[in-house]
Amino acid sequence: MGTIDNSILTLILLVPLAGAILVALFPDRAKLPNWIALLTSLATFVLTLHLPFHYDLARGGFQFVVNKPWIENPAIAYHVGIDGLSLWLVLLAGLLAPIGVVASWNAIHSRRKVFFVLFLIQQTAMFGVFLSLDLMLYYGFWELSLVPMAILIAMYGRKDGPKAALKFFLFTFIPSAPLLVAILWLYARTGSFDFTTLQTLIAYGQFPAGPLCWVALAFLFAFAVKVPVFPLHGWLSDTYSEAPVALAMVVAGKLGLYSMLRFHIGLFPVQARAAAPYLIALAVIGILYGACLALVQRDFWKLIAFAAVSHLSLVVLGIYGFTFIGTSGAIYQILSHGVVDGALFLLLGVLYDRYATSQINAYGGLAGRLPRTATLFVLTTLAMIGLPILSGFVGEFLILSSTFGGVSRGWAVAASLGVILGAAYMLWLVQRVFYGPQSDLVSSKPPDDLHLGELALLWPLAVLTLVMGVAPSIWLPTIEQGVHLPPLITHSGPGFVTLTSTPMGGLR
Amino acid sequence: MNGYLHLWLIPLLPLAGFLINGLLGRRLPKPVVTAVALLAPLASFAIVAVAALNFFWHIGPFASVLPYTETCPIAWISVGTLHIDFSFVLDQLSLVMLLVVTGVGLLIHRYSVGYMAHDEGYARYFSYLNLFLFFMTTLVLAGNALVMFIGWEGVGLASYLLIGFWFQKTTAAEAGKKAFIVNRIGDFGFLIGMFLLLANFGTLTFSEIATKLGQDPGWTGGVVTVIALSLLLGATGKSAQLPLYIWLPDAMEGPTPVSALIHAATMVTAGVYMIARNHVLFDHSPFALSVVAIVGAATALFAATIGLVQNDIKRVLAYSTISQLGYMFLACGVAAYSAAIFHLMTHAFFKALLFLAAGSVIHGLGGEQDLRKMGGLRKKLPVTFWTMTAAVFAIAGFFPFAGFFSKDAILYAAFQQGTAGKALWFVGVVTALLTAFYMFRLWYLAFFGESRSPEVHAHESPWSMLGPLVILALLSIGGGWIGMDRFGSFLSAVTGPTIDPATAAGGKSLDLILSAVAVAVALVGWYIAHSFYKQKPERPAKLAAAMPGPYKVLANKYYVDEIYGATVVKPLMLTSTYVLGWVVDKAILGGSAWLLGGLATFAGALLQRWQSGNIRSYAAWLAVGAAAVLLFALVPWATFLANFGIHLTMAGN
Repeated sequence: MGTIDNSILTLILLVPLAGAILVALFPDRAKLPNWIALLTSLATFVLTLHLPFHYDLARGGFQFVVNKPWIENPAIAYHVGIDGLSLWLVLLAGLLAPIGVVASWNAIHSRRKVFFVLFLIQQTAMFGVFLSLDLMLYYGFWELSLVPMAILIAMYGRKDGPKAALKFFLFTFIPSAPLLVAILWLYARTGSFDFTTLQTLIAYGQFPAGPLCWVALAFLFAFAVKVPVFPLHGWLSDTYSEAPVALAMVVAGKLGLYSMLRFHIGLFPVQARAAAPYLIALAVIGILYGACLALVQRDFWKLIAFAAVSHLSLVVLGIYGFTFIGTSGAIYQILSHGVVDGALFLLLGVLYDRYATSQINAYGGLAGRLPRTATLFVLTTLAMIGLPILSGFVGEFLILSSTFGGVSRGWAVAASLGVILGAAYMLWLVQRVFYGPQSDLVSSKPPDDLHLGELALLWPLAVLTLVMGVAPSIWLPTIEQGVHLPPLITHSGPGFVTLTSTPMGGLR
Repeated sequence: MNGYLHLWLIPLLPLAGFLINGLLGRRLPKPVVTAVALLAPLASFAIVAVAALNFFWHIGPFASVLPYTETCPIAWISVGTLHIDFSFVLDQLSLVMLLVVTGVGLLIHRYSVGYMAHDEGYARYFSYLNLFLFFMTTLVLAGNALVMFIGWEGVGLASYLLIGFWFQKTTAAEAGKKAFIVNRIGDFGFLIGMFLLLANFGTLTFSEIATKLGQDPGWTGGVVTVIALSLLLGATGKSAQLPLYIWLPDAMEGPTPVSALIHAATMVTAGVYMIARNHVLFDHSPFALSVVAIVGAATALFAATIGLVQNDIKRVLAYSTISQLGYMFLACGVAAYSAAIFHLMTHAFFKALLFLAAGSVIHGLGGEQDLRKMGGLRKKLPVTFWTMTAAVFAIAGFFPFAGFFSKDAILYAAFQQGTAGKALWFVGVVTALLTAFYMFRLWYLAFFGESRSPEVHAHESPWSMLGPLVILALLSIGGGWIGMDRFGSFLSAVTGPTIDPATAAGGKSLDLILSAVAVAVALVGWYIAHSFYKQKPERPAKLAAAMPGPYKVLANKYYVDEIYGATVVKPLMLTSTYVLGWVVDKAILGGSAWLLGGLATFAGALLQRWQSGNIRSYAAWLAVGAAAVLLFALVPWATFLANFGIHLTMAGN
């Protein structure tokens, strides 16, 4: 490995941080903070692009690894690396960073400096979560990702920021405390925060089963709130309504889902298998519940919040179905959801920017005024509702078909009903906003269609959803490398639990 | 894609047309838009025609055998054991279907140039039309169910966009959305069918499924029935059969050429095509087959009765489409797949013609669609009148028009299936009577008598529109002369053998008797229409007044939309709003979160200070938070807790 391979992950972590410091040092004049943030995030994105081209698919496993002791006691190491699971997520975070900056370009017109400093810190934190292979390091980044979010929601809330921030704070910080205790308990027993070490020790049964169960639950709880899994989604709709677009598009989903795959299933396979039936049930309930509530929302931020509950629950279903195809589909769906939701947030941000309301019934007939916005919105909607040859379909099909074949036919059929409801609430939204006669609000303002900068972001995203739908073969081989199913549990006698490894692949 | 016929060009050329007109159309001069829009289907049709010449008459350098497959070297989805290719298959079935789709498609594109000439969304219209052709040809050529699903959902999308083409109209936007969602219910069935196929056969490739079914005679009933019924649900959505037909009448909000192409001639026949494509599955499940037959017969009769009293010219045609599709399902249900495809083809000719002629009438009357305001158009629109007449005779089933042959083949096949088959035949004959009646009703109301809105000066359409009418009229007259025997034996390689009247029970004479009955019934229908709408125009009103109840039920289309609204839509919305939204989400979940956050008041007080607006205080809080986290992390908890007798670690560690 060349030197760049050794330092690439560190660079990805440091560049946004350096950008944050630069923004803080320079004065808040004209659009200087915006430009610094844009250049930094573009630079980070370019850095992340290095990864897929140099990841050795044949070798698999963790690559670009840096493992250096950082603090001697407690033994925290700077241990980072990526595998097939985190590779594309790092790229996704890299892609969404410049998009977030552009989405905030005009929307944030006061205290830009604070905004972009916190935004860039948040970037580093997200990269850190995906890269860390040391639990304490991971926890630090996990917490760090919550702080700027809460502050920015409080500062930039559209109506009642502090209330939404408080809700976000309570929902996400409180479950982090048991997570920390659980991590410390593991450390106390082993003297190590190292992911692979702990993984091996747990697999060899070095821990008493009872407490380990609680530890696994603490991990799961923190992640489930962050995803969010039904019924822990209480914070999401307020956060979506209040958070700046750039942050709302990254707040839900990938961090929690990734953590589930890496640290819940990865560390506690036995406990994860035991929890799976409940999670599958909650996921299917979440799919239908989110869709039903999305159907009756009158505010488009709240509508897509419940839509997100529905879509993220589908990913949870794929993750806890423990089939090779389902897990691959789930990872693919995280990527697709990230891209599609990013585009959707951009577009809704454009609407809010132009018309200053998120009440759906204030709109109507917008397609006649903003044809480009309408076109891209319809395209994004189609990707979201899983039209074949757009990105949303591949993951959805993989998850549902593997659930049907390998987990439970009943749950799979119930989950598939989400396909109908998803089309219903999204197309109804499109109809109410873009079609029909022009509303008073729409006809009273001069048409202000997508600007060049917005088009320059949205068209690539649209093309990306198309490519992801037609050629998933670009991503799937790497993703397959990152799928590690927990071993099957066979009860070979009272009190004994033996582990047998699952063969890769297969529906059953 | 590899291969010498370049099948992949058939869908991709219209896709290119869609992209060019969709992205650049607003900036391109109109003749260029027209050229792009027409060249795409023309080129596709040419490729299909070349392939047809190869295979029908062995003309050309590639005298080869069907089926012929092209597969993209790079798989579409490949994970673990799941491997799905982009593969296209040309066989007798897809060849016939492609000829219909691209041929009729080309004519309707040509017609649209005149019909849509003054619409400001001209380029958008043609880009959608080309997009439809891309998806429809993909659906037809698909070698596996998932590629078919691309086309399946895609034609639904094109239909959504085109129904809602005049999106400023609330009714049009509403109808487009309704079509998509109702179709999604069907697609749900298709998806479940695919999951079952994968779980049981491990593949979605049609030929492999057929092989596996053929190898093991144990595959009957049970799971095969469930697969077949799931696919049937998909088919009822796309082909507007009971119980999912409700979207098609509303789809008439779209431009009339769209109704002709998508909602009459091609897309709505996709369900029939899909069943024929998967007929091996249906053949293994007698139960599923009988469900198909019953759905078809019931829909045929049901839609025909509604068609009796509609006053909107396009709605009459919409219900007749549903009814005719019912015949095709009936044919599939008695395993007469080639008869179903035969009727699909002749129906494509005469129904496209009916819609285009209706479009010419609407165009000539400046947008009028109400039959009650027409009348006496025979002289004013002579070409439209004569072509429409050919289509009316074809759909009514008069010898020697196209509809006669195909409808006859279906009724004959049904009659051969024992007692139940006789019942199906009887329903088919009654439907034929009703069909003849309401089609001649339309004919008389529109073209005979005196004009009922004399202030409108009707004018004949330009030849750009009339040309396609004439071609379709010729096809509606002569399209059935191929004969069921030749058509059936050509398709038999795919759809299995057909009954030969010469050797079947009853022999050739039964065939003749049944044909005679069908024509006689059509004559009766014509006679009634004649006496009602030509001789004594006051009669229909009297009859309606004499039977107000039944008339009201029919005029309101059996209240099906209202029933669905009251039993499905409304309960869903109310439950979501009140039970899920208020009780579960706000009261239970919100309430418990609020209780858990009892300390939230305290935190809230902190936060108010936090909101003081002073940037330095935010930074301070950030620092305090981080410090707290760090402090928490660095405290030797194990030792600390041990003082209180709580041992996190086991002894000796």
